[in-house]
Amino acid sequence: MLIEHSDPERAHLPDRPDRLFRDDTRFALGRIAVFQYLAVGIFLFLTSGFWVLQVRDHEANSELAERNRIKTVPLLAPRGKILDRDGRVIVDNHSAFTLMLTRENLKPEHIEPIAAGLHLDPEEIRARLKRYESRPKYVPVPIKQELTSGELAFVDSHRDPETFPEMELIQDQRRLYPHGGLAAHAIGYVGEVSEQELNTTEFAKYSQGDIVGKAGLERQYNDSLIGIDGQRRVVVDSLGREREILESKEFTPGRNLKLTLDLDLQAVAELAMENRRGAVVALDPRNGEVLAMVSRPAFDPNAFTARIRAEDWKELTSNPDNPLLNRAIQAQFAPGSTFKPIVALAGLEAGSLDEHSSVNCTGGAVFFGRYFKCDAKHGPIDLHRAIVHSCDVYFYTAGNRIGIDRIAEYAELAGIGKKTGIDLPGEAEGVMPSSRWKLRTQREKWYAGETISVAIGQGAVTVTPLQLATAIGGIANGGAWYRPHLVKDETRSEQPRRGELHAENIATVVSGMYGVVNEGGTGASAHIEGIEVSGKTGSAQRISNELAKSNKAVSQAMKDNGWFVGFAPRENPEIVVAALLEGGEHGYQAAPVSRDVIKAYFDKKARLARPAQPQISLFRRPGR
Amino acid sequence: MARYRSFRDVDWPLMIITLIICALGVLQIYSATHDTRWHDAWWKQLIWIVVAMGLMWVVTSIDYHTLLGQVPVLYTISVAALLATFAIGKLVFGSRRWIHVFGVNFQISEFVKIVIILLVARYLSELKSEEIGVRDLLKIGGLVGIPTALVMYQPDLGTGLTYLPILAAGILLAGLRWRHLAAVALACTLALPVGWYFLKDYQRTRLVTFLDPSRDPRGSGYQVIQSKIAVGHGGMWGRGVTRGTQTQLRFLPVPHTDFIFSAFAEEHGFVGVVVVLGLYFLLLMQVVQNAQTAPDRAGMYICMGVATLLLFHLLVNVGMAVGSMPVTGIPLPLMSSGGSNMFSVFMMLGLVNNVRLRRFVS
Repeated sequence: MLIEHSDPERAHLPDRPDRLFRDDTRFALGRIAVFQYLAVGIFLFLTSGFWVLQVRDHEANSELAERNRIKTVPLLAPRGKILDRDGRVIVDNHSAFTLMLTRENLKPEHIEPIAAGLHLDPEEIRARLKRYESRPKYVPVPIKQELTSGELAFVDSHRDPETFPEMELIQDQRRLYPHGGLAAHAIGYVGEVSEQELNTTEFAKYSQGDIVGKAGLERQYNDSLIGIDGQRRVVVDSLGREREILESKEFTPGRNLKLTLDLDLQAVAELAMENRRGAVVALDPRNGEVLAMVSRPAFDPNAFTARIRAEDWKELTSNPDNPLLNRAIQAQFAPGSTFKPIVALAGLEAGSLDEHSSVNCTGGAVFFGRYFKCDAKHGPIDLHRAIVHSCDVYFYTAGNRIGIDRIAEYAELAGIGKKTGIDLPGEAEGVMPSSRWKLRTQREKWYAGETISVAIGQGAVTVTPLQLATAIGGIANGGAWYRPHLVKDETRSEQPRRGELHAENIATVVSGMYGVVNEGGTGASAHIEGIEVSGKTGSAQRISNELAKSNKAVSQAMKDNGWFVGFAPRENPEIVVAALLEGGEHGYQAAPVSRDVIKAYFDKKARLARPAQPQISLFRRPGR
Repeated sequence: MARYRSFRDVDWPLMIITLIICALGVLQIYSATHDTRWHDAWWKQLIWIVVAMGLMWVVTSIDYHTLLGQVPVLYTISVAALLATFAIGKLVFGSRRWIHVFGVNFQISEFVKIVIILLVARYLSELKSEEIGVRDLLKIGGLVGIPTALVMYQPDLGTGLTYLPILAAGILLAGLRWRHLAAVALACTLALPVGWYFLKDYQRTRLVTFLDPSRDPRGSGYQVIQSKIAVGHGGMWGRGVTRGTQTQLRFLPVPHTDFIFSAFAEEHGFVGVVVVLGLYFLLLMQVVQNAQTAPDRAGMYICMGVATLLLFHLLVNVGMAVGSMPVTGIPLPLMSSGGSNMFSVFMMLGLVNNVRLRRFVS
């Protein structure tokens, strides 16, 4: 092949040896063949890559593709509301936003800025992620509930695929306690189920992240309040936009819970206990319905609905006054003189006393070589006046005569020393000592001298405010003790516990208690014009007299508890109220608390009896 | 000499294969973009193809010897244009690759490929010996190295890398002593850590995640993972046109440009993949055949340069779809949506036809 120099297209080219353009190309044929083999090799290599992905691993990749495009969105069921006996809302829900992190695309270095934007501790987020390690990876991890509007703005502006695509926002219904700390202990609170709880049988059916009742009624009736979550399966694109709904399973909301509590009475009781330490329980002795239950100091259950902050929790648990304790059912204190009506009843029933039995009180008496003192020199005194004036010498003598086991028999009939069985978790038992009890718990014989203290509600005997209200209410009800309960159930047909008591004995005791309030007795401040309030005060020592004398500081810190238990009307009582003031020194200080609640009850009853009057209520009814 | 060029002498098998691949590309672009804001990409692609065929005809018409004669001028223009991109280039995704002329964005580095092919062909065909000496090796290395470095500095690592196989194939075809081959291999190995030093952070991440995609599942590892899922989702027969969920729901990134083959694999399955790879293979062999029958060394070097470049593009782009190659962002010739690459590939095929038409001279 020759290329002529005269070729006009090449005329401008610099002169160079012709052989460059003449040269045949055969010399490279072998190397071109190598190139061809290389190409074959490359194509086989590429094809094998497709074979592996498309034929061998097709199933696995299809599953990944499906998981990519199908997202499961939880539809969280709202908890049932909690209503008072008139249907007024005590516990409600409100819509809130929860931020979740999807773990499939979570970048560890994003945790810090996300934590900063949500005012969280990054370590806390990491700890949470760790707890979720056992759950499938597609389950998102909730990291903050009830976002504030500022946090919501942060999430909204950083949720795009370029910034923090792992953030996912869901709207859900959160618990709202519109009355704050009102009846906080009875209601309880909700919170995220903890790891320890998940290992218990009570919570085993829930899973990490579920909101469950942690205390009070929220816990007791959790199964009925909680509802069933639904879910929606949707097709999403790579930006998380929903394109299509494949399947939707609606949630079933939790059932509403109607309580026996009366918000009006509860509010009065709460106000009466303002800035005090103690408890109030109001019951209807005719059926055991709890009308009010207050424990102070209280807490705000709203603090728990989002995850409670560590410092708040620490403050609650390390507070020496223990605000989380429901004193109405968990405080166990000596009942003091409020125990005397029970001793009196035991004595009358056992035949050790009659209403004319008289004792001469000289301000104290010696039993078994030890001197027991009385508050005053009452002189010759009979049973009625002994109750009215709370004469200790009378009851020392009576107790000594009756004997511990007879006292225990009737006290236990009234419910002292065992749980009332109220529908709340964590109820305390209290103690009703007896010779059998002492043998069982201390492997020792009962000394008759110990009976003397028990007869005035001191010594080993302890009760909870609820127990005391139930016991006295049952006696006033003619010896029929209903199990106290907080949830209103019209179909309830539980029979009361009855003892073979004599009506005249009960009348004798009740008449004494009527005298306490209305005949210038220790509970005169519970008197209400026009209502036959009866009751009994009690001032219970928490330490022995000897210790009080020797140590002034302890005696100051361990001031006597003031009790009052009262009911009205005198016959066929409709309400019984027990009030405990811790460190309240004297029962007469507790009496006005009970009086206020009883008065509120009868005021409301009178108001309802005049339907023409416009009703003014502190609390809204649903639907208004 | 007779300067007779017949229309019949054009490499028709090559053209037909090319147009079939282009048609499949347009179909896939339509499928991947029909409900997005790039929904007009498929008919734009048609326009690019028509324009590219015109350019191909222009390139075919001018005798490649004339083109070879203009290499110094073309080379100077190329380097100048690459330098100009730094000054007036359009910044896209942190890289200056495009120059805006007449309402169209041109990616200069795509057209430089043709100049590199011509440069290598001319330089090697002018060698006086049967083997390349060290001096020539350094000279041609330097000449190719300058535009390569400029493109990589844009930064566009992928396109820059495509220049080197042209040089390597040329040198190997020209004949290299074993000693020199060993020396070049050693130099390349030593250059690796140095190259690492010059890489941008995102390029390093890409290389690292290529070795272990799960390290960065949301970043560049995400693209590889999603591409592999898309390919695997296709199975034997594919999900059907516009039915691939990875493509349609955009889990697969850029399914009409760099990852078009993954989108194709999802919608057309292993069978479709084998068909298209077969077409590419036939196309490549057709180009190689033209090299074998080239009238002179320069023609052979030109055809082999084109073949090498196409093979390299296929290896890297298709390999990326199955995770065998790192994500470098170089397009799939003839299928990926975009004008510059379409033009440069058709112009290269024009060069191949150019060589073919001149083999019947005298």
